[in-house]
Amino acid sequence: MSAAATHHDQAHDHADEHGHAHVPTYLETLRANRLGLWLFCISEVFLFVALIVVRFALWGNTRPELDQALGLATTSVLLISSYFMVRAEVAIAHGDRDKFLNSLLVTFVLGVLFLVGVVGFEWGLFGITFGDHELLKPTDGAFGAVFFGMTGIHALHVVSGLFLILMVYINGRRGGYSTERHWGVEACAIYWHYVDVVWVFFYPILYLIGTPVH
Amino acid sequence: MRQLRILFSLGIVWALIGQAAGAAAGLFLVRAIRAAANLPPSAEAELVIAAMFSVFGSLLFSGVLTDWLKWCVGIETPLRHGDPDGLPAWTRYFSVDYNHKVIGIQYGVTSIIVLLVGGILAIIFRLELSWPGEQFLTPESYNTIFSAHGIIMIASILLGVGAMVNYLVPMMIGASDMAFPRLNAFSYWIAIPSAILIMAGMVIGDGWETGWVGYPPLSTIDGSPLGTQLFILGFYFNGFSSIAGAINLLVTVMIMRAKGMSLWRMPIFVWAAIATSLIQFTATQTVGAAQLMVTTQRVLKLGFFDPTFSNGLGWPAGDPILYQHLFWFYSHPVVYVFVLPGLGIISELLPVYSRKPLFGYKWVALSSLGIALVGFLVWAHHMFTSGMADVLRIPFMLATLLVAIPTGVKFFSWVGTIWGGKVTFETPMLFVLGAISVFLIGGLTGPILGTIPTDLHLHDSYWVVGHFHATMFGGFVFPFFAAIYYWYPKITGHMYNERLGKIHFWLMTPGFWLMSLGQMQVGIWGMRRRIYDYDPALGIEFTHALITLSALIIGWSVLIMIYNLITSSRTERVAAINPWGSRSPEWQVPSPLPEFNYYRPFEVVGEPYDYGVPGSVYVRDVPAAGD
Ligand code: HEM
Ligand SMILES: [Cu+2]
Repeated sequence: MSAAATHHDQAHDHADEHGHAHVPTYLETLRANRLGLWLFCISEVFLFVALIVVRFALWGNTRPELDQALGLATTSVLLISSYFMVRAEVAIAHGDRDKFLNSLLVTFVLGVLFLVGVVGFEWGLFGITFGDHELLKPTDGAFGAVFFGMTGIHALHVVSGLFLILMVYINGRRGGYSTERHWGVEACAIYWHYVDVVWVFFYPILYLIGTPVH
Repeated sequence: MRQLRILFSLGIVWALIGQAAGAAAGLFLVRAIRAAANLPPSAEAELVIAAMFSVFGSLLFSGVLTDWLKWCVGIETPLRHGDPDGLPAWTRYFSVDYNHKVIGIQYGVTSIIVLLVGGILAIIFRLELSWPGEQFLTPESYNTIFSAHGIIMIASILLGVGAMVNYLVPMMIGASDMAFPRLNAFSYWIAIPSAILIMAGMVIGDGWETGWVGYPPLSTIDGSPLGTQLFILGFYFNGFSSIAGAINLLVTVMIMRAKGMSLWRMPIFVWAAIATSLIQFTATQTVGAAQLMVTTQRVLKLGFFDPTFSNGLGWPAGDPILYQHLFWFYSHPVVYVFVLPGLGIISELLPVYSRKPLFGYKWVALSSLGIALVGFLVWAHHMFTSGMADVLRIPFMLATLLVAIPTGVKFFSWVGTIWGGKVTFETPMLFVLGAISVFLIGGLTGPILGTIPTDLHLHDSYWVVGHFHATMFGGFVFPFFAAIYYWYPKITGHMYNERLGKIHFWLMTPGFWLMSLGQMQVGIWGMRRRIYDYDPALGIEFTHALITLSALIIGWSVLIMIYNLITSSRTERVAAINPWGSRSPEWQVPSPLPEFNYYRPFEVVGEPYDYGVPGSVYVRDVPAAGD
């Protein structure tokens, strides 16, 4: 960090009886926001890694029998949603508002579909089974605890991500973002990709690694 | 009428109302849902949801979320600053305010209040321990009180760290505030409902008996008191405060330093604050995960830590030791959160009172980072006796002993700084020297615990109690008090009473030595930790009485400080701008500082601690445009 990084823009300072206030420019605020968000992401890594460690400590080289088709489907849905999120962000950067809003909407719908897959079917809220194995219950020892714990924490993040998307969508419709100024969209996108990447780790760890125990 | 209007303008009043309202809403919601679904009432579920709602209610009603909620619907809000309109100036200290100095004071005052609560609890159970046998506490209430003492003191320390970091860092680096003032307020206002949850845990549902560590199975078995759950949730929500505050601090230091303030020219306390924040914003997540797991195990019967599960198919069961790993992965590093800021204060003040440069500035700065990093690799030294895998023992012992290196660097720097200096002994300096002496006791007893053969004997004995009280008093309490006395004229514009300050010191320091050495002695002679009684045949009655006596002395001495701080603010204003002859920027301008800290921005043109070096300058005003 050089001295230039803390350069004061005189035009944006004001001094009065309160002293000398440095009123940050949009770019300075953006920089602070970006740093803050990335630090938050790093912080959350410790949460997710802790959960992964718990998985390996308790399950070791085993795993419960889960529906492979469903797991693959939810994962694909989430990955595709990230593509539409990128599309939305690029669109707003190019000032294409319709494409931006539509892409956001698609992202939102795919996010909801992911939740329906994991929380609805995999958790058995609908009581529907696909394969011939029973649904996992939360009280099924370490299998239940870890599976519901990991998917639950992840689902909470997906829900908060959906909330952000909704907010950005509503503000976007009102014209709250411009080509140059759309930190809200950027933040929402970073968060969504982040949640997505976490699932990219969770999916193999829950569904693929280890030998299934019947 | 006016009084009432003022009362109901205070954020803290609304925070309390919001907490009560949230709790009630959560309670009825769960009851209604369970009744509608034909489920039997569950006190555990009601409590968890009520606690969560109560924290949200508190935040909502206090007004700390208002700006953000407006942003959500696209309304821009300017940052409110200055005294509140139409209300006395003091009210801003009781309401949501975004100025880092106000928030720093809020943290500090809350910290001292919480310290008093924890102190009263300590005095209560120390009185119980003055004699063998059961006096006036039942074993259960003894358990609740010592557990509450532990976690409440930790809350106090975290608040005190928040106070120092918030107040000092922006001022020292020449920023007009923190990078995210609203997040800063949030960090403080979520600590309040969390602390209230913990305290409520003492009275609601039979208290709790797990100590501050909350180990399963004691914290998760059926019939473990409901208070445990409140303690765990309070602990959990306090984590939000730590994480948000730490991120804020890191961004602030990264982008808001004054012109010319390169990393090696920052005041040394800022380095300590960085190291502290690095720990807080990462490690806190793992203990948060552990607390969530305990909560889900209690409420939803998820078996993370339950080794008894078996369904005959060979499915794996939970593991209580896992909790200990997750817990100590946070809770060992967090002991450095407690002490690094305090050690930073020691390094900050010593050169001022010794009139000499800080010895080995770069090494001291790096030692803070070193301690923070090595601190992540030693957690299992708390588990030598708990039945963890044997292979883990030796590596954790070696890593633990490594911590002595960066800690030693600090000690040598302190000695080197005092050596040959023109030392004067004002109250802040006395507390700094007291801190060094006490931290030395803590530091020398640590390696004995970190060495497996000795720890096997000393674990869970009063020796451990002596050890960590010495580290925390030396690393936090003494330096915190030094900081309070030192910056008191800056904060208030008044000088504290030096005589009372010295009396405080001369009561508290010998009192503490006595207490700490006494605890270690009874520990070696067979006194166990976390128990209300002991066998008179151990021959430790006299020392126990002495420990209680010294605890009382320490308690009284703290009251003297509080009296001093309150009465001194009514005296005449001090004329001297810079009573300590400090080179730090905040002392070059009149006290108290204005809302945005400085009337004119300054730039750094020299080394921070070149005391006694002729012609050296640290900061000077930036020439205004056109000058
Ligand atoms: C020289 C460095 C240090 C070493 C080698 C060290 C070592 C240890 C060890 C091995 C234990 C576990 C003892 C047992 O339960 O059998 C322990 C406990 C403890 N230490 Fe330290 N320590 C050091 C510094 C600190 C510092 C700076 C603090 C700061 C506040 C601290 C606070 C504590 C606390 C709170 C406990 C008790 C935890 C509990 O069981 O409730 N230690 N220490
Ligand atoms: Cu430790």
